[in-house]
Amino acid sequence: MRALRRKLLRDVLRMWPQLLAAAAVMSCGVATLVMSISAIRSLETARDAYYERYRFPDVFAHLKRAPDSLGARIAEIDGVARVRTRVAVDVNLDVPGMSEPATGRLVSIPDNAPFGLSELHLRHGRMPSPDAPGEALASEPFAEAHGMRPGATLRAVINGRLDELTVVGVALSPEHVYQVRPGEVLPDDRRYGVLWMPERQLAPAFDMDGAFNDVILALSPTANEPAVIAALDRMTEEYGGAGAYGRRDQESDRFLRNELDELRTMSVLPPSIFLSATAFILAIVFSRVVRSQREQVATLRAFGYGRWTIAGHYLGMAFAVAVVGCVAGVAMGAAFGASVTDMYARFFRFPRFDFVLDGQGVLIGLMVGSGAAVAGVIGAALRAAALAPAEAMRPESPPDYRATMLERIGVHRLLGPAGRMALRRIERQPVRSALSCLGIGLAGAVLIVGGFAQGSVDEIMHFAFSVTQRQSATVTFVEPASPDAAHELKRLPGVLRSEPFRAVPARLRAGHRSRLQGVVGLPAGSALARVVDRDERPILLHGDGLVVTEILADLLDVREGDPIVIEVLEGQRPVLETTIARVAKGYVGTEAYMEIDALRRQLDEGAVVSGAHLDVDEAREEELYAWLKGAPRIAGVTIKAAALESFHDTIAENILRMRLFNMIFATVIAFGVVYNTARVAFAERAHELATLRVLGFTRTEASVVLLGELAALTVVAIPVGLLMGRGLAAFIASALGGETIRMPAQVNASTYVFAATVVAFATAVSGLVVRRRVDRLDLVEVLKTKG
Amino acid sequence: MGAVEVHALRGVDLDLYAGEFVVLLGPSGSGKSTLLNILGGLDAPTTGTVRYLDHDLTKLDDAALTRYRREHVGFVFQFYNLIPSLTARENVELVSDISSRSMPAAEALALVGLSERGDHFPSQLSGGEQQRVAIARAVVKRPDVLLCDEPTGALDVKTGVSVLSALTRINTETGATTAVITHNVAIAAIADRVISLSGGRIASVVRNESKADPGSVAW
Repeated sequence: MRALRRKLLRDVLRMWPQLLAAAAVMSCGVATLVMSISAIRSLETARDAYYERYRFPDVFAHLKRAPDSLGARIAEIDGVARVRTRVAVDVNLDVPGMSEPATGRLVSIPDNAPFGLSELHLRHGRMPSPDAPGEALASEPFAEAHGMRPGATLRAVINGRLDELTVVGVALSPEHVYQVRPGEVLPDDRRYGVLWMPERQLAPAFDMDGAFNDVILALSPTANEPAVIAALDRMTEEYGGAGAYGRRDQESDRFLRNELDELRTMSVLPPSIFLSATAFILAIVFSRVVRSQREQVATLRAFGYGRWTIAGHYLGMAFAVAVVGCVAGVAMGAAFGASVTDMYARFFRFPRFDFVLDGQGVLIGLMVGSGAAVAGVIGAALRAAALAPAEAMRPESPPDYRATMLERIGVHRLLGPAGRMALRRIERQPVRSALSCLGIGLAGAVLIVGGFAQGSVDEIMHFAFSVTQRQSATVTFVEPASPDAAHELKRLPGVLRSEPFRAVPARLRAGHRSRLQGVVGLPAGSALARVVDRDERPILLHGDGLVVTEILADLLDVREGDPIVIEVLEGQRPVLETTIARVAKGYVGTEAYMEIDALRRQLDEGAVVSGAHLDVDEAREEELYAWLKGAPRIAGVTIKAAALESFHDTIAENILRMRLFNMIFATVIAFGVVYNTARVAFAERAHELATLRVLGFTRTEASVVLLGELAALTVVAIPVGLLMGRGLAAFIASALGGETIRMPAQVNASTYVFAATVVAFATAVSGLVVRRRVDRLDLVEVLKTKG
Repeated sequence: MGAVEVHALRGVDLDLYAGEFVVLLGPSGSGKSTLLNILGGLDAPTTGTVRYLDHDLTKLDDAALTRYRREHVGFVFQFYNLIPSLTARENVELVSDISSRSMPAAEALALVGLSERGDHFPSQLSGGEQQRVAIARAVVKRPDVLLCDEPTGALDVKTGVSVLSALTRINTETGATTAVITHNVAIAAIADRVISLSGGRIASVVRNESKADPGSVAW
């Protein structure tokens, strides 16, 4: 057996460029797998530890105002382990160095830690003193976005007065691992932040002495969450309860879960594609190897080597590929994983967040990588094992050629001998040619899968900011206001147009599904905030039917015409029964719309507005923002340009960094597949090419015969690959569809061009490398051996 | 570990004359293949010179050797080496397409008696027919030198004889200097001269007073 092992070693060394290319492709698959699994494990570990140690609540509820005594009653609900009541209000902030206003969520904290629930992790500075007015803790992302250190000041509109706040410390809360303005999807750390102030200071400022408007609960292990939520809703109803919800609907936790779901998808799909490519390359290479070693196999079998020894011999070569591919893959996965973790650390704030190279992930990577290698080689290995010694001793019978279909219609008259040779080979071996085409096409497809995120991001941006949200800014009032307030906005400096909206908190129920989802009333034919159908035609809101966006329709499992119940969680708390009028297109978040007057009628109220969308003259923006910063009745201002910018800085960067990794992997795969296809084509034709050289063909002429076929296959493969890529992109996009973002499978023209260019370039480079082998062909050998 | 130098040929001094039919005879390892490779411009001697007319082959680079093979040399291989994806005629055209003074492919096929089989693919031809196509391919360019490496090595006697007949006829009709290497002593009878090699040296050179007809040869 030592001799056979030596043959294995020498074969591996002789074939090193091809095996290395296969190993490189495998390493990409293993790397994405290890990276995703490790990122999942890192996030889960950090989250679980944080939630446990800092007592992340189980149930959350916001209400208008309730006496502190209600807190004691809530604590008596069966299954409630701990209760913390507090004051939480959104205010308009004036941050030094920023022209536009920001929104701050002020949350009260007890005098002394621990609070019993939702503890804070102090990063810098100190806790605010309960007796010192205006001291606050700022959330870390907000503080970082403004470069705030303890001692920094900012101004907040507190109950109609502009007060100065001093940031004495920077903190993290398990409720804000992902800090995002309520109702929005993308973080904007410059314009939205959480500030914690002592209850003794905050409560009186908002007339909440002896009262609260926010409550969080911890449940006992045996508690029935829906029952607790129902009980809590009943208790808070008379105090303006806006609907209690569990962790599932808690914004930060939902985003974190969504990200984990996406990572889980990403830990399956791209590695599957990459590892299939590995198996494919190995299958092509090893079929060729076994064919060329028929006589060696026969000799070994004749000497008494068993079938399984022969199969094992070829599987041993696969093992060599697996070792190199897996080791490199784990190393790359660890390196890229650390980089991805850095990125996550910017979105998800934990007291401690380390990249964990997950042992189980590495083990899965090793197993799946080796599995791919075995899957690729097993067919060829079994064919080798099945060769009968006597049969294998005879060389394979000469390939049987016939005039091809195309020739019968006279195409061959247009071709030279090289063209005819290529055409007949392709037609003679349709399966092998198709496989080569498929391999090269796969390279193109992988490049599209790696790159399509750019097109998706562009499409999301275009849709959100050019098709639907055409306003420059959105102003939200602290309390629903009279239409005068909206009219007043129209008179402000730079405002060209103002469209009011009415937003009410609600719970939507369809069948057994329900969801806390505010309803927004918009004027029919609204020109700024538009609602559009699947073909991006504006939907004219009319009647009291509800228009919901696609993600919401899926979550509630409703279609147009289905009945829906709207439980309004404000004012008279009416329960409305209506139908789904239309399903609107939407990639990001969930929305429900109704015509504004119909909504007001249902609420039995006059022309009340919650805020307005504004179209602003760009030249006078600064003037307007300066005015808005100090405006007493305004709870928040959202500026479109800022939202665009934050989208670019955050999600886009996130998606595009993943895209960069995928592109690197895809390029490696493209080269790996194409190079091996070219090498196999060369190996199969080396004898023929050497004959041509002996007959007087120059190196270039002989190369043309070989490369012409490769070029022809590539020309067919590229469009096939681009189509396959489009299909795979659509598949991945649909698999990634979560509650937050639904990726459109939009492939940019530039991505197609890039994929086609890389494949063509890979073919050209592989062709040149293989051409060098044509130059080095052993012409003497050909005279002695049978082809 | 030093490489042991093995001389495939040593001290060979040999002239081939225009139009003659030479058989290079010798057992395996005698150096006859190496000699043929050197004559065909596929291999170069470590020392010494090889002259073709007024060209020194040992001084030519790869491109010039390719040109030499292309313009002056025809090869016939033991295993025919036809391109399986081309028909008999196309295999011949493969060579006529790239040489300047070739005859029509049909004429070359006629020379080997295969006029009727031009449209057949190699897999549709017998071994002897395949070898005759290979000969047609070699002679279509009107080579000055026709080099044949064990042309009957893979054939039975009857088929081998038909191949030898074709070679003799071509030698006569085209005047190409023809060198056939073989370990088959019987073939020596059809040559003008028989050069025997042994251990890398020329053991003997014998001129046949009268050439035998290939039809009378048997082994």
